Amino acid sequence: MTNPENKPRRRFLGRTGAGTALLALAPGVRLVDLVLAKDEDEPASDETRWGLLVDANRCTTGCRACVSACEDEHALAKTGRNRLDPQWIRKVELVDESNDRSLSIPLMCQHCEDPPCVEVCPTGASFKRADGMVLVDKHTCIGCRYCMMACPFNARSFVHEEVTGQKSYSPRGKGTVESCTLCVHRVDNDRTPACVESCAVDGHGALAFGDLNDAESTVSKTARSQPHRELRPDLALNTGVRYRGV
Amino acid sequence: MTQRLAIALLMILSFGASSIADVNLPSYPKGRGEYCVEPTDVMRRDHFEYLMHHRQISVHLGVRSKRHSLVGCVDCHASQADDGTYISVNEPGQFCRSCHVYTAVKIDCFSCHAAVPDAVVKQ
Amino acid sequence: MDKIRFQVLAGTHTGYRLLLWLLIILIGIGLIAAHHMESQGHWVTGMDNRVVWGLPHVFAIFLILSASGALNTASISSVFGGSDYQPLARLSGLLAVTLLTGGLAVLVLDLGRPDRLVVAMTYYNFSSVFAWNVFLYTGFVLVVLIYLWVMMTPQMRGYVRSVGMVALIWRLILTSGTGAIFGFLVARDAYDTAIMAPLFILMSLSLGMAVFWVSTLTLCRWNGYLLSPELSGKLRRLSALFILGVLYLVALHHLTNLYMAHHQGIERFLLVDGGVYPWLFWLGFVLCGGIVPVWWFLDRRFSTPAWTVTAALMVIVGGLCHLYVTIIGGQAYPLRLVSGYRVDSGFYDGEITHYLPSLPELALGIGGVSLALLMIVVAVRILPFLPTVTGSLPGSNQG
Repeated sequence: MTNPENKPRRRFLGRTGAGTALLALAPGVRLVDLVLAKDEDEPASDETRWGLLVDANRCTTGCRACVSACEDEHALAKTGRNRLDPQWIRKVELVDESNDRSLSIPLMCQHCEDPPCVEVCPTGASFKRADGMVLVDKHTCIGCRYCMMACPFNARSFVHEEVTGQKSYSPRGKGTVESCTLCVHRVDNDRTPACVESCAVDGHGALAFGDLNDAESTVSKTARSQPHRELRPDLALNTGVRYRGV
Repeated sequence: MTQRLAIALLMILSFGASSIADVNLPSYPKGRGEYCVEPTDVMRRDHFEYLMHHRQISVHLGVRSKRHSLVGCVDCHASQADDGTYISVNEPGQFCRSCHVYTAVKIDCFSCHAAVPDAVVKQ
Repeated sequence: MDKIRFQVLAGTHTGYRLLLWLLIILIGIGLIAAHHMESQGHWVTGMDNRVVWGLPHVFAIFLILSASGALNTASISSVFGGSDYQPLARLSGLLAVTLLTGGLAVLVLDLGRPDRLVVAMTYYNFSSVFAWNVFLYTGFVLVVLIYLWVMMTPQMRGYVRSVGMVALIWRLILTSGTGAIFGFLVARDAYDTAIMAPLFILMSLSLGMAVFWVSTLTLCRWNGYLLSPELSGKLRRLSALFILGVLYLVALHHLTNLYMAHHQGIERFLLVDGGVYPWLFWLGFVLCGGIVPVWWFLDRRFSTPAWTVTAALMVIVGGLCHLYVTIIGGQAYPLRLVSGYRVDSGFYDGEITHYLPSLPELALGIGGVSLALLMIVVAVRILPFLPTVTGSLPGSNQG
């Protein structure tokens, strides 16, 4: 298990003001709660920007540790119809157009700073959380699939049939669109995403997770010292997922 | 014509009234623990308000308090079968379903949300 | 001018009743299909995670574009002072409302969660072109209904021009908005261009005229009304002009793409070796829906109602082919996931997606068209939409 990054959201005392204003909106929430407010009551902060650094030099063809971990974590069962299977994270084989060098990388929602999916969503179900995670609010998703048209990475999938056996922390259901949540339920509990954890244990240590805004985090340090890129720099999305060696 | 209509209406109403008396009141297994997160009468009246509010702050803002979360409801209110497996709160006669059938309010929670607590798997 | 009178469709001959029942059955089948898609989930359709918009969207966008274009005659009549178009103005407004309703019905019933229509009405994200369109579409129906009321109320005659102007501007924005749904998809080589907006405007003008021809000539025939040859000739030339306009913009779009190196793949796919798509494009759209109808509309030898309706039907078929190539062909071609790299394998990445429309999708689309048509044939029995006397020129009845 890799260490969770040093989290600015821990430094919450200075921001209880915002927390108070928010909690006061809650019916039935008493003042006592405010005094005893714990970390879990604190909203995600825009001082944080969660991101992933993928090291394509370490990732290998054939290794699917991250994909299996994601499927287990979120109970993404096979549908029996390949084309309709959920694909929150998938392995993609790349061939360099200039020298035919081949690479293998995991591809998932890139958690763009300017996400096209959020821009086009008619109901605002597709949204970006303050800490940079791009998520789908499945309560308000009407299943129009416009976000899937807009996503440059085919990172989203549509639930084409009834789903059973969901995990309590990862609700998903027929008729709505879904994608990588960056394991928001784990990150909010100071853990790293399932794919990162499994890549370190069962894979090749190609994934690093952390706060891109925190100069001391491993991802920031690595990002400063090593060249890395977005997959589609021409679209200027400023993605939260970056690739080394691509 | 109006008379006939009035009689028909009365008949429908009285039929409705008598059938209400015949219907069984909802019955469901007792939840775990002594108390719910709010007094019972408050929960009966306002549980959806709490859930709606929690849905908003947890999904969009990332507030992860447990008190009013749907997962919390399911954890306490899902009953166990004789073999120890959990029964969905959305099954007939179970906690959510029994009242919602009685009040004829359709809920959409469990097409996406788990209706049983997560199985505890320790590696 | 006062020679024009409007009346409800007289008599119910067998043809009318047959059509009525046929439409009701088709709508029923469409509803069953929609219910099937919703209760089973979208796996029963040909759509998947790569081709996410399928045949229903082809029909829906066709109907929405036609709705806007069907208002042409009314616009010319009240905004551009074409008084000889006035006999057909009401019908033109009626078509606009009904076609749009049919299109929206298809769009809504194809949603993953059609039961959440109220969510779509209450949660808005104003940076979404789609959300603007919700307003543009509902607003359009309202504006045209007011327009119809103004046209049908003698005391309101003074307002016809101004309301007609609002409707005209509204529909131009509406079709631009529909085009922008595609034009703003920056990551898709097939769509990413501002030309989609004017292209959709011209497509709407051309398709709207075609639908207008088919419905008007049929209804007027039932009602024993003959279009004056002058009016008919003007409208035929207008139709030809709009089709030429579409052909011009489509040519411009593809030529622009051919100049951009990274768009050549999609161009080759859609125009040369993409299987069904080049056939639909060249044979369906360019030849059947473009060149041939332009010829027939311009050549006097083909000026009989029968030829005109045939030409219009071909424009409709060509338009559907064009939308199919644009919407589905554009998605079937793989995305450029990573700049500078070929995506060699993986989860269907870098591959052409083979989309095959399913029966429920087709039924839903046809159901939407039938809904629009049913509303038309019922409306003309209730309110006076149909002209009984020919236009402004005396003696033109002889045509």
